Formats: sequence, C-alpha cells, structure tokens
Amino acid sequence: MLRLYDTELRSRLLLGTARYPSPSILTEAVKASGTELVTVSLRRESGGERAGQGFWSIIRGLGVRVLPNTAGCHSVKEAVTTAQMGREVFGTSWVKLEVIGEDETLQPDVFGLVEAARILRREGFEVFPYTTEDLIAAERLLEAGCRVLMPWGSPIGSGRGLNNLFGLKALRARFPEVPLVVDAGIGVPSHAAQALELGFDAVLINTAVSQARDPVGMAGAFAQAVAAGRAAYEAGPMEPRDLAVPSTPVIGKAFLK
Amino acid sequence: MRILVNGASHEVRAADLSAALEELGYGGAVVATAVNGEFVPAADRQGARLTDGDRVEVLAPMQGG
Repeated sequence: MLRLYDTELRSRLLLGTARYPSPSILTEAVKASGTELVTVSLRRESGGERAGQGFWSIIRGLGVRVLPNTAGCHSVKEAVTTAQMGREVFGTSWVKLEVIGEDETLQPDVFGLVEAARILRREGFEVFPYTTEDLIAAERLLEAGCRVLMPWGSPIGSGRGLNNLFGLKALRARFPEVPLVVDAGIGVPSHAAQALELGFDAVLINTAVSQARDPVGMAGAFAQAVAAGRAAYEAGPMEPRDLAVPSTPVIGKAFLK
Repeated sequence: MRILVNGASHEVRAADLSAALEELGYGGAVVATAVNGEFVPAADRQGARLTDGDRVEVLAPMQGG
C-alpha cells in the first residue's frame, strides 16, 4: 500500500487531468489507469461561461481523491495564495506545491519551494512539493515539514523519462523512509516501470497519457507498468555486472571435442 | 465603481465581494476569491468591502497536471 500523509492508496499511479481530447476520454482514462488520486488546478472563471463548474462535477463523479496544484506560480506569495484558494474550493488540505523558477525547463525554484512549504505546513497543509533530485533541497523540504517528496524525472511534458538516474538513486538511498513520487517527464510505461523498480513509491503521469493517440489504452498500459515495476522492486532485482555469467550450469556439460 | 475582475474591467454597483459575485453571474458557483492578491475565504466575502480599482480574482476548478 502506498501511504501519503496517513492515507493509504492501492494504486501507485497518480494521474493528471490536463490536455485530454475530451471530458469523456479523461473519465475513461482515469478508470483505465486505476488511479485513486488525480491532480487538478485553479484557473480564472468567467461568470458567463462557468466552465470550471462542469469540470468539477466530472471530477467529483469519478470518486477519486484530488490533489490541487499551484501550477504556473513563480513566487512564494502566488503559490501560497493559490494553495489557500485550492483548499477552499477542493475541500482538501493536500497541495502539490509548484514554485517554478525558469520557463524553458519549468524547473522548480527550490529556494522558493522550501519557503512556501514552510508557510503552508504552518497553516495545516499537507504539502507534496514538486522538486528536483537535489539532496539538500529534499532535506530542507523535510525539515519544513513535508512528508512526501515529488522529484522530477525530467522537465514537465518532455517525455524524456528519468534524466538523472544517479541523482534519483541517490535520493532514494538517502531518504529510504520518505514516500517519493516521480513527477514530470515520464513519457512511456517503461519509464514508469523503471521508477518503481528503483524503489520510488509512485509516479505522477499526465501528458504521456493525455497526449497519446489512445489515452485510455495508454492509461491501462501505465497501470500495468506501474504494477510490474513495483512487483519487480519487491522481488529484489539482480545487480547488473559488466561480464557475462552463464545462466546454464557448466558443471556436467558433455565433453564433445 | 470600476473593479478589475480576472484582469477585465467591470462596472459594479455592489459594495462588497459577495454582492459583486452575484452581480457578475457567479451566484451559486464553486469559486475561490482573492482581492488585491490576498485570499478572501467564502465566509468573509460579505464583509469584504470593495473600493474603486480593486483587483478581484475569481478562480474555479480546472484541469491540471
């Protein structure tokens, strides 16, 4: 079981709700993924169109938990205010905290992130910080009261998978007890399986599913990959080595020269 | 008075945030509000007096990753 802030989830796949071809495909993809936690956001609502109201009723109908994000926030103030607004609208103190430092890579501003996390933890939020694999940033976030970390695999929407394997492995090794969710950059199910095989507790996927030719089929493929990766981790993968080792026993082989 | 709502200028008669939301068509909607960059909880909207030039943000659930 995946345990995030005292809540147990069976599925280790977290799914974003953005960029699907239609609301019905989003709904079917959520079901096919088996996820129990989806990310959502807040945007300006028009009094005439009230587009957000329809979206919210679709999400409520799915019967899954929501994790509101602070996507697009570049300052601590913006992120904290957005988190406060999200808590009221979505009725949850969970927040995926994003403080973006740079627009080309959407790399987290870890300095602002730590500051915002500290403020939000004091206000009773359960913070899921979107961070890098930086060990010291992770340490500071934990000191600020975060009990989950969400390191990036690679830049948001890039589909490049686990960009810094060494760094991610070091993060996993350094904080063995902290739930770690690889967030961002996962492009194909094998990337997700790899994250789980390395001992990461879960992955958060959005674009790889929503922008697939068949998002529902891809959601199912990710569900299988995540399950396989976790099962492999629990089964204890072999250590890679540089030279061949015969898998068939050599002893007792016939001498036929 | 004229206020900015989600970046667009609006003329409203309402004196507080709660009445302004009604006047602007948000009645009954699930929204969160901020005035001049500060979060205003739903429970405080009635007492939140608006003045000319205030910047009001009205946000609702949206797709997110």
